[in-house]
Amino acid sequence: MLAVTEAGLYCARGDFHIDPWRPVDRALITHAHSDHARPGSRAYLCSEVGAGVLQLRLGASASIRGIPYGVTLDFDGVCVSFHPAGHVLGSAQIRVEYRGEVWVVSGDYKLQPDPTCRPFEPVRCHTFITESTFGLPIYRWPQPSAVFAEMAEWWQANQAAGRTSVLFGYSLGKAQRLLRGAPANQGPILVHPAVAQFLPAFCTAGVTLPEAPVATVERVRSAEGKALVIAPPMTADSTWMDALGDVATAFASGWMMVRGFRRRRGGERGFVLSDHADWPGLLEAIRSTGASRILVTHGATNPLVRWLRQQGWEADSLVEEHRPPSTPSGDHE
Amino acid sequence: MRAFTDLFLRLDRTSRTQEKVAALVDYFRSAPPADAAWALWFLSGQRWPRAVTTHEMRAWAAELADIPEWLVEECYDHVGDLAETLALLLPPGPVGSVSPSLSTLVRERLQPLAGRLPPAQREVLRRTWMELDVPQRFLWNKLITGGFRVGVSRALMVRALAEVAGVEPAVMNHRLMGEWRPNSESLIELLSAAGPKDDPARPYPFFLASGLESELEKLGEPAAWQIEWKWDGIRAQVLKRSGQVLIWSRGEELITPAFPEIAAAAESLPDGTVLDGELLAWRDEAPLPFACLQRRLNRKSAGTTLQVQVPIVYLAFDLLESQGHDVRARPLHDRRSTLLELIEWARQRQVTQPQTASVAWIQADLFARDPSVRQVDAASFPLRVSPVVELADWSQLPPRRAEARSKGAEGVMLKRQDSMYGVGRQRGTWWKWKVDPYTCDAVLVAAQPGHGRRASLFTDYTFAVWNGAELVPVAKAYSGLTDAEIAEVDAFVRANTTGRFGPVRTVHPEWVFEIAFEGIAESGRHRSGLALRFPRIARRRQDKRPTDADTVETLRRLAGLA
Repeated sequence: MLAVTEAGLYCARGDFHIDPWRPVDRALITHAHSDHARPGSRAYLCSEVGAGVLQLRLGASASIRGIPYGVTLDFDGVCVSFHPAGHVLGSAQIRVEYRGEVWVVSGDYKLQPDPTCRPFEPVRCHTFITESTFGLPIYRWPQPSAVFAEMAEWWQANQAAGRTSVLFGYSLGKAQRLLRGAPANQGPILVHPAVAQFLPAFCTAGVTLPEAPVATVERVRSAEGKALVIAPPMTADSTWMDALGDVATAFASGWMMVRGFRRRRGGERGFVLSDHADWPGLLEAIRSTGASRILVTHGATNPLVRWLRQQGWEADSLVEEHRPPSTPSGDHE
Repeated sequence: MRAFTDLFLRLDRTSRTQEKVAALVDYFRSAPPADAAWALWFLSGQRWPRAVTTHEMRAWAAELADIPEWLVEECYDHVGDLAETLALLLPPGPVGSVSPSLSTLVRERLQPLAGRLPPAQREVLRRTWMELDVPQRFLWNKLITGGFRVGVSRALMVRALAEVAGVEPAVMNHRLMGEWRPNSESLIELLSAAGPKDDPARPYPFFLASGLESELEKLGEPAAWQIEWKWDGIRAQVLKRSGQVLIWSRGEELITPAFPEIAAAAESLPDGTVLDGELLAWRDEAPLPFACLQRRLNRKSAGTTLQVQVPIVYLAFDLLESQGHDVRARPLHDRRSTLLELIEWARQRQVTQPQTASVAWIQADLFARDPSVRQVDAASFPLRVSPVVELADWSQLPPRRAEARSKGAEGVMLKRQDSMYGVGRQRGTWWKWKVDPYTCDAVLVAAQPGHGRRASLFTDYTFAVWNGAELVPVAKAYSGLTDAEIAEVDAFVRANTTGRFGPVRTVHPEWVFEIAFEGIAESGRHRSGLALRFPRIARRRQDKRPTDADTVETLRRLAGLA
């Protein structure tokens, strides 16, 4: 039904690609992160709620059609529908059915609650193509509420020391989740322009976020160390960051679970908050699909494949020899 | 375990010294002494002999987590630290329950492990793991496997403990020396207020000279001044009190074990003596380069081979305490004459046996009747008095100062004959007049941000000189520019970055600076094979192009290495 070609995952029967890494005629996109949504294709389809952010990513000239979750399209007898993946605003699993055989491409997903996007919905299928970014049993996320409480405490301590708090999170999805989870009335919350550009799209999609002006150097400095600034990680070494004065930095990511990864980022504070599934989440999602065959992609594929086989699944790594290496765009974890 | 874990997390989350000290102070102020004693023991890098193998720990953790051992291995490859891997892998522990204290864990579980059979050990580990949350488990695993590094240096620990006890860092440093047992009694004593037992350890604050500012003639009669060489070694006080010798460096480091021959020689000083002087690597009546002396530093001990390879002398130039009395208020000429007598008295009491002459100093009285024992001569006694430079009038001083480098000194000292030994840097009675620094022209090739107030600016620079067609770094310099000049260089660095390596940016080699420095040593650590001593920026040479910068050969010639 789906095979990996030079351009990516392809359905020959329906003539469409899913998250292609080269320009194609018809691209179905799971979500707007740059390692899944690449420019240059003639026509794009994505979830209706994800169309706004995808347009921002691909530019005004890209031809994008948004499909409501659960609505079925027919491509030469191949039925396609989008289903919430819980990863970021508009993220979708893509269900592909032909003559009663069902495949689901998960894209990136998480099972944790996230008020900035629709929660993951299990979709029954025969073959489930799952991501495995955090496919090792050491990854087991703490409750987001506990993480946000720690974050508030960190911000408060920095305020007491008169030091601006800079919280790094990817500009689409994580940053808005941080904004939503930050404590109200503790001080000014400012966002980097890369984060701000997506805020109207969240508003349109009906996601309520607190007021957050753009973090200009003047605004940050006039807050005299009381502000919380949400910025993408790539700004860590920028002139903008240098101009902010005395800052305490923290990075919100699933990778912060491992001390060594955090220390390699220069010893800043780490908060374990991920938009991907942890190990129990991956296993739960896989079980809930009822699939008998699992294809694993994106991340620690080998341990997860071996584990699933030992548990009785038919499992394989999705061979993607033509996939370009991810660029350090700062989009994905 | 909770409080110790919180301390660990606070230390681990910051690279700021202030915050680390504050975390340590908070902990040691509030922790029960029995726990604090073990915390100090582990934070100083000590470990309990390991009673279970890492293989057993892996197997037991895999079993408890209900995953195969190959998956533990995969995780270990990914994380890179076994204690952490196992802490993360194990099933979630209880939330918010009370965990055993650090000392209870050590006493009742860690220490008895060695005497138990593997099934009993397995039970202890399983039970403990399930009582602790992830960070506590990580530390518990580290207590078993040993070797955890949290970036707490000895100096940092001394600072924090001194603050808790309300004593000087020097006193705390001394209290931490030697045998120290991790129990409540030791800790309570360690953190007690200053007492009479501390007195023998305490050095005096060093008196520092200022750079000479006035013309020599305005200093009055040369006879009112004592002129000495300014040695380029390690300033140190040698204390002999209560039968014990201590050597303190100016940085308040206790360096006695690194210089055993000096300590042994100082044994023959009378009790109640404190000397001020300079430690120097010394051979054939002249100092060896500073790099030789560095080989003797930062050591727990110095073996006989090293003692022979790098002989040390202590050139005393002042006497601060004599017969147990503080003599710092007496005039310099008076202190010096007593100093000369004391050193000579010590030398005469020191004897040696011919066959062990180079290494062992033995007390005279023990071997007084042994005919093979003889007194040591002045040349082989490592305590000396720094010589004075005699002058008829001031015009003789500049040429003598010019000789300093050839004598292995870095200038001359001028001290008023009637001066007392002051505290810190008081001006007027002690002057240093250093020889003009060496200079070279070097190219700015890399920069990184400074710290604190300067964290947002590129203020730390790497400079290079030519080695053939290649620019090789010879020095890092931090100081010498005004704020306005720093802003200029900062803008240049940002606009001319060619590469980024962590915080370091390499820049297009374009700007030339005149670098002043005090000496050159061969160095295996730098690609140029050279290291400049005390480099600082003299000025930017806008009149020079990168091709005009100096070469490695010129520097080698300057250093007399060519």
